[in-house]
Amino acid sequence: MRIDPKTIENVSKELYIRALKILPPDVKRGFDTLAAKETSSTAQNVLGTMIKNISIAEATENLLCQDTGIPIYNVTIGRGVQFGEGDGTALKAALRKGCERATREHPLRSSIVHPLTRKNEHTSCGIGVPVIYIDHADAAEGVTVEMIPKGSGSENNSWLKMALPAEGVDAIKTFVVDCVLDAGGKTCPPTIIGVGIGGTADLCVHLAKIAATRALGTQCADPEGAKLETELSEAVNMLGVGPQGLGGDSTAFAVHVELAATHITMNPVAVNMQCHSARRASATITDAGVTYGF
Amino acid sequence: MTHHHLTTPITEAQARALRVDDTVTLQRTLYGIRDATQIAMFDRGRNTRFDLAGHAVIHTAPNVKKVAPSPQHPTGYAPVCIGTTTSARMERFTRPLMQHYGVRLVIGKGGLGAASLAAFGELGGAYLAIIGGTAALETTWIEAIEDVDLDDLNPESLWRFRIRDFGPLRVAMDSHGGSLYDAVDLKARDKRAAVLATLGVKSR
Repeated sequence: MRIDPKTIENVSKELYIRALKILPPDVKRGFDTLAAKETSSTAQNVLGTMIKNISIAEATENLLCQDTGIPIYNVTIGRGVQFGEGDGTALKAALRKGCERATREHPLRSSIVHPLTRKNEHTSCGIGVPVIYIDHADAAEGVTVEMIPKGSGSENNSWLKMALPAEGVDAIKTFVVDCVLDAGGKTCPPTIIGVGIGGTADLCVHLAKIAATRALGTQCADPEGAKLETELSEAVNMLGVGPQGLGGDSTAFAVHVELAATHITMNPVAVNMQCHSARRASATITDAGVTYGF
Repeated sequence: MTHHHLTTPITEAQARALRVDDTVTLQRTLYGIRDATQIAMFDRGRNTRFDLAGHAVIHTAPNVKKVAPSPQHPTGYAPVCIGTTTSARMERFTRPLMQHYGVRLVIGKGGLGAASLAAFGELGGAYLAIIGGTAALETTWIEAIEDVDLDDLNPESLWRFRIRDFGPLRVAMDSHGGSLYDAVDLKARDKRAAVLATLGVKSR
């Protein structure tokens, strides 16, 4: 099939705005699960305010959080899809244009600056931003675009440790617990704690981001990774950091793990967190049209 | 635990009356301030024409819309979504804000550190915690953007908001050495060894 870059541009714009306004149903359920088990009255109060905010954002069609984040687009392309002149280049340009249009037309706060001059072009775009990942799937029909406005409060707390093979899984577990302690309330807990294990240094950090932005209720495909997710999810909520770091049981919705094979000399672990405003939106474009979801 | 209704600007005595775990609702005026604003003011010698004495500042950079200036929108900016950012990045600016400008209250999320706690104690101030990530709610407490200074730094300008029933906010750091964040952190670190033991981690 052939997809008009204009369609991609419109989808890109729409996804950025939708992601900022409507929290995915799995995250809403995550709040209910935490609130049902929370034993601290302060934490109950904080969770109650967060839940109230979700309804106000929907009722007033406003943004959930003022942080428009760093825009990330994850694109999965099915078989035989073309994007007009330039193909891959046209796709990237259209995503970027849509991101810029969302910023100008809604309008949204552009949170993106040049890293040295700190100049803000007020487009939410810059060198290498929006961040765009493109993948291919044989079975998929059409194109799926996932949009994640990644909040900076949680992104500013990101870690990589090149642990040693002799330190084993213990180093991974200890590192995750220490990252949660260091983050305290700065990451806007309750968070989804993404843990990347293995790969190269850069792949490890990327895996942590994939884990942090995965839907709640999903599991690591690797059985050992899934086992670790369950253990760590229970453990971090015993620390008592609580929502907003003000104390309580609800420090994290879950710990998510993503794995890659690694080198015999290496034992890398990375942590990336997603704040309680765990925003994402997706769209599937097929011959039948555009379908929006999460 | 007391609930305080405060109309800004406030006095030193009012700031010192606040204790950790009290709650506060603010009225009238609130100033929005952020990383770039304070880098400009304290590292690059820029001054503001606003009188911040006795006032509250909130760590924010809002989403705004350009509109035609009117009595409701005197600056030509209408609020779209106004929320709060992580305070910890701006730790080193608490003391100069209080010392040079007389600021009494800092509103933010995630808390501030030891230097800010010392400044609150010496100069008479407090940190009020807002629930981060609840900007849709927070926006309903803001009536208008009354004025803006240092707007070349937009969105990290110095904003003056007119507020109504802004809160409840929780006093999380006070002028008596109390910090809810320190208390929670200390307790959590005490649990570290036990939590690692449940994970089967052996100490080597």
